[in-house]
Amino acid sequence: MMNLHTPSSPHFHANNSISQVMFTVIAALSPGIAVYIYFFGSGLLIQMLLGILTAITCETLILLARKKPVWPFISDGSAVLTAILLALSIPPSSPWWIIVLGTSFAIVFVKHLYGGLGYNIFNPAMAGYAMLIISFPKEITGWFNIQANSTSLSLSEYLGLIFTESKSSDTISQATPLDHFKTQIGLEQPASTIFTDTNLYSGLGAYGFEWIGLAFALGGVWLVYKKIMSWHIPLSLLISLVLISLVFYAWDNNNYASPLFHLFSGATLLGAFFIATDPVSACSTLRGKIIYGSCIGVLIFIIRNWGGYPDAIAFAVLIMNMCAPTIDYYTRPGAQTP
Amino acid sequence: MIKQLFKFIGGVHIPQYKDISCNTTIQQAPIASQLVLPLSQHIGSPSVPIVHIGDHVLKGQTIAIAEDYVSVNLHAPTSGQIIAIEPRAIPHPSGLPAQCIVLQSDGKDQWRERKPIAEDYRQLDPSKVRNLIREAGIVGLGGAGFPSFIKMNPGPSGHIDTLILNAAECEPFITCDDRLLQERADEVIQGLFILRYALQAKHCVIAVEDNKAKAITALNKALETVDQSCIQVTAIPTIYPAGGEKQLIHTITGRQVPSHGLPIHIGVVVQNVATAAAIYAAIFRDEPLISRIVTLTGDVSRPTNYEVLLGTSMQSLIEQSDDSPQNKIKRIIMGGPMMGFAMHSSDIPIIKTCNCVIVDKGLTAELKQHGYTMPCIRCGQCADVCPAELLPQQLYWYTKSAQWQLSQDYQLFDCIECGCCDYVCPSYIPLVQYYRYAKAQIWEQERETEKSDHARERHEFRLERIEREKKEREERHRQKKAALGKKDTDPKGEKTKPDPKKAAIIAAMERVKQKKAQQNIQAKNTDNLTVAQKKQIEEADARRKKVNDEDSSS
Ligand code: SF4
Ligand code: SF4
Repeated sequence: MMNLHTPSSPHFHANNSISQVMFTVIAALSPGIAVYIYFFGSGLLIQMLLGILTAITCETLILLARKKPVWPFISDGSAVLTAILLALSIPPSSPWWIIVLGTSFAIVFVKHLYGGLGYNIFNPAMAGYAMLIISFPKEITGWFNIQANSTSLSLSEYLGLIFTESKSSDTISQATPLDHFKTQIGLEQPASTIFTDTNLYSGLGAYGFEWIGLAFALGGVWLVYKKIMSWHIPLSLLISLVLISLVFYAWDNNNYASPLFHLFSGATLLGAFFIATDPVSACSTLRGKIIYGSCIGVLIFIIRNWGGYPDAIAFAVLIMNMCAPTIDYYTRPGAQTP
Repeated sequence: MIKQLFKFIGGVHIPQYKDISCNTTIQQAPIASQLVLPLSQHIGSPSVPIVHIGDHVLKGQTIAIAEDYVSVNLHAPTSGQIIAIEPRAIPHPSGLPAQCIVLQSDGKDQWRERKPIAEDYRQLDPSKVRNLIREAGIVGLGGAGFPSFIKMNPGPSGHIDTLILNAAECEPFITCDDRLLQERADEVIQGLFILRYALQAKHCVIAVEDNKAKAITALNKALETVDQSCIQVTAIPTIYPAGGEKQLIHTITGRQVPSHGLPIHIGVVVQNVATAAAIYAAIFRDEPLISRIVTLTGDVSRPTNYEVLLGTSMQSLIEQSDDSPQNKIKRIIMGGPMMGFAMHSSDIPIIKTCNCVIVDKGLTAELKQHGYTMPCIRCGQCADVCPAELLPQQLYWYTKSAQWQLSQDYQLFDCIECGCCDYVCPSYIPLVQYYRYAKAQIWEQERETEKSDHARERHEFRLERIEREKKEREERHRQKKAALGKKDTDPKGEKTKPDPKKAAIIAAMERVKQKKAQQNIQAKNTDNLTVAQKKQIEEADARRKKVNDEDSSS
């Protein structure tokens, strides 16, 4: 008589895993990353590298402290993804300690102190970003001066900016396009002249960002096609943002930017496809996802126009993270609407 | 007739692994020298032995009879001597031994006298046909094993508009229905006619997954020779679990079986193709269910299908098909890889519900043991594939934290344990295991409340006796009715003649009654059922009772 394994059914499993999911998402980010580097140089690479190293170090230490197995969690790719998303959210020229601080905060406080993978209420990358922008608004909103240095910076210039914070050239003197637009509107400049004033902008939105955004959207659509994520959140987010900005643009196009500007500036497309869709902190029912996505779209518009911070993805997502469990509860199958 | 198919929500496309076993003809497995026949071969109550140690029996002779309503007879698969009636290892997830009749074959394989009814079944009352099927020991051969005669009863309303013959066989590896259709499609169709007659169904649909082209061809060819006006062969999309009862009904009719209802409530009955073939054999050849087709597959040298006598050990089948050392075997699965269960050893007999034996030596990628279970990342893939439209990740959350009420609010009992969620979960969470455990816990609680009520049990017992008496009365009543309706074909004298077989049966019944009175109530084989099956049993009992009540009051 043999002694055989008798696990319970099913005895069959698809050849997949969390790390596969995470690395597919990272692969889907790569076209956007490539275009970003094409426009703005290798600063992003340095930021990503710093972020990933920090994320892995923090994750290992805290897993050891929590007496959890290190390898299954380190190899799942979720910490790496968090670091990449945070690196994409800050200016590529930010000093090194910005990304290190932001990533550590995201991994240690936002992820692990809430229980680790799968238990965090907030999107770690966005919570890290929010912490940075509140604590170090100057470092995180400064954009290098494109006018002075054609379009991008060289590797050595980046290394200088990131590690020694040398401000020898007047490279950091400018605000991000969204920030610039907002300040100018504040100065009662008509929108049309703002766009033609500087080469921060281009045909559709901020210079370079329309292509970066398109590349991210491409990756996102691929993920939807691969069934790694559903279309509900990105689509409802984009539709609601376009609709609300269209209404205001039609009403007063001197004070409000066009829907296209909203779509192709800042991190809109990155956010719609890669940040708002973080499954752990988003809604999980289908109706819930649509509500969640649309609310983020509206919040982005509100914060961009009337809020105190230039880009709004992080705060919009964090606010909706808080609402997600409640939305899920009321949209569960068979639930009565409240 | 069916013009359009409907797509059910969820489901997964899984690797099929069917090619390895579906290209060889069905082999006759040799008669083993010893056959071990568990009394509990199917859902419902175990049958009760009417033979003694030392008795010589003939092939096809009844050796145990159905005592309760949800039960059928058991027959000797070959001729020989009864050498033991004792607990042996049986195919059951618990791995606990249970009462078996052990038959030593005499090598003659000598049949008892057979009197096939053949085409004359159309002269019998449908209830008589059902009874014959019950006596022939036929249960659903698709895996669940619900006594077939119960599902051949159109119920009080008597209106069945669609009879679906399930040949979807959607689980990977299993090819026994496929082979059966390729080789014996005509028998299946004859069996279908018998089913149709018993149910008085309007339409019949034979549903085959569209990856079984040869089976479809064979069916269409067999249909050419019969009156096929009411029968339709339908190719349905290959997706797991297309052969699940509710999913199949939805695909074919577009109708939803209500959450707390049965197919019969919406005028549909689903039977398995192999069951139809067994019914054919019972009526046309007077052969009770003593063998079945089993797919022997997985990591063996020659995967194929065998026609196997019940009671043959899996080990002997594996030896037939495999040359490489047996000590590499890690796991033996009875049934499909999605819903079957793992055996504790290879020395386990084939029973009526065993459609497939999968040998796992770690060579098949998808059969590999799970890696480290990660936390749920709420990716929602499980919800996307759930054919019951549940939220598996929420069910997991609530069953894990033992919040039974909340898990029931999230429709835990609608879960059919198909395993789709588990299959896709990137975190390798054994979801179904949690659901099964939760269901068992909830049932256990319910049983506890019941148990505390001793008086009620005794009352039930009395009811059972009264019911049996009613049953007998009803049977007489029926026969009389039938006789009035079909005067010219009345097979008379049937009801009175005492024959020795019947006397033996009655004596056995008496014995059982006494034993039962001593042991209080006997456990039913209901601990590994899905809700739907449990409900089916309850419904069947209730329906039966209602019919009896009506009969006796009229
Ligand atoms: S598939 Fe697994 S990890 Fe994903 S939501 Fe379902 S249970 Fe959680
Ligand atoms: S096992 Fe249950 S919860 Fe999982 S997919 Fe099947 S029906 Fe849905």
